[in-house]
Amino acid sequence: MIVLLSIFVIASLMGGCGKSKTSITLAGSTAFQPFAEKLAEQYMSTHANVSITVQGGGSAVGVQTAISGAAQIGMADLVVLPEEAKQLTPTIVARDGIALVLNPANKVINLTMQQVREVFNGKIKNWKEVGGADSPITVVSREAGSGTRSSFEQIVTEISLTKDALIQDSNGTIRETVANDPNAIGYLSHGLLNDKIKAIKIDGQECTTELITTGSYKLVRPIYLLVKGTPQGEVQNFIDYILSADGQQTIKANGLIPAK
Amino acid sequence: MNVIGEKGVQRILSVTAFSAISALLLIALFILNEGLPFIFRYGLHDFLLTSDWEPQAGKFGIFPMVAASVWVTLGAMVVGAPLGIAGAIFLSEFVPKSVMRVVKPTIELLAAIPSVVYGFIGVMVLAPLIRTYLGGPGLSLLAACIILGIMILPTVISISIDSIQAVPQSYREGSLALGATTWQTIHMVTVRAAKSGIIASIILGMGRAIGETMAVIMVAGNAVKIPHSALDSVRSLTANIALEMSYATGLHREALFATGVVLFVVIIILNSVAIVALRKRVAKK
Repeated sequence: MIVLLSIFVIASLMGGCGKSKTSITLAGSTAFQPFAEKLAEQYMSTHANVSITVQGGGSAVGVQTAISGAAQIGMADLVVLPEEAKQLTPTIVARDGIALVLNPANKVINLTMQQVREVFNGKIKNWKEVGGADSPITVVSREAGSGTRSSFEQIVTEISLTKDALIQDSNGTIRETVANDPNAIGYLSHGLLNDKIKAIKIDGQECTTELITTGSYKLVRPIYLLVKGTPQGEVQNFIDYILSADGQQTIKANGLIPAK
Repeated sequence: MNVIGEKGVQRILSVTAFSAISALLLIALFILNEGLPFIFRYGLHDFLLTSDWEPQAGKFGIFPMVAASVWVTLGAMVVGAPLGIAGAIFLSEFVPKSVMRVVKPTIELLAAIPSVVYGFIGVMVLAPLIRTYLGGPGLSLLAACIILGIMILPTVISISIDSIQAVPQSYREGSLALGATTWQTIHMVTVRAAKSGIIASIILGMGRAIGETMAVIMVAGNAVKIPHSALDSVRSLTANIALEMSYATGLHREALFATGVVLFVVIIILNSVAIVALRKRVAKK
């Protein structure tokens, strides 16, 4: 009985392999990772012959693995792609706003781009200088190498982060730190806003899907899928699916801004 | 069982024993191999003693992290060592054996709490308290010292208790018979006789404090700067590696391995001192 059963199991496993499933690996940006997972799930439910694995690692990993071939598709959320990514074919599949967030107890609701720059450079050190209460500003930023941080610094321009800045290593811990500290200011992916923190306006523009889409809200970065050479076969089909009305709807429903 | 025989079992056991040692050797070789070339190229002096850490700009000075690790460790000692030693003296000299049999394992259980839980308590309870009553961002050197001070308690207490209990009863009886009070006996005879074991407990606690990563990342705020007060945010050597490892490539990655080399050397020195101190105690007995 056991022998029969094991033969059956082995046979069915081999049968699974025998159908020659195409496997695609995506790696990179942690901001896009949950979306890629959802899209992969939907794609696989209609294409039984494809198996898609999604890994994180950050935008730098996305670029590297796409070059080395460890992943067929690299994910990167960078404003400017690095030099070595020139050999890859980039496709913008979504956009992501970067929200500037404060503790809900803070009364400040708007900062100009110049004020944001000076706060993060450590020139403005007290909330009363930008119309808030008389208390010191706690700047919270991401670690060196983070895609969100490099996008933020490239859009705001001329930032050399104050040495007093607290460093947190994910969108989630930035959110917790700002939610716990009434004097904190941080930034995170627009898709990860919740009611424990509040997003403020920049130059009078609110961080909403509409204003990001129209281009009025300036802190936006593209999310790239990177493929070595020209995408072919199932890789091309999967990217086409993400860009289709269905795929873009999934992206929109979960908090990102569609590419088109 | 007889098929394998005495010799066979012996061989299997020696292979297992050596696999642990060779794992240690391989780790040491790997870290040194990845980190040392960078230190030679960048210069030991520039690496250890300059204070600009800007990986994107090619600046790798770890002095702020070295300073932070030193301060965090010393601070943890200031919090943990007096508490731990006092606790050990109380438990071994004043408490009945039956109570001790319950209390000591309970304290040792503190070591079994994952460090992320300590960090969580630090972020949720300690940091807001510090921010409200003392100022600053809350996530600070002080928070890290207090959390680490608590984390090293089980190490300090249990090794100190062992070494105090190892002091022969006749020492205490002799002292008391000469007319010394209980307190005089404790601090002039018992603690002095157990000194090397107590020192070893503190050094092993230091090793734990300097190597702790998760709790420190969570409560210290991770700003790269030399702290000017206990309320400033700091980044320890371990936190530096853990925070940036996932993104680091090329030189940056090598610099993080070199940070690992520095930590490795410090911990080896601390542990060797502790081993020597513990051996002294054994020799004395």
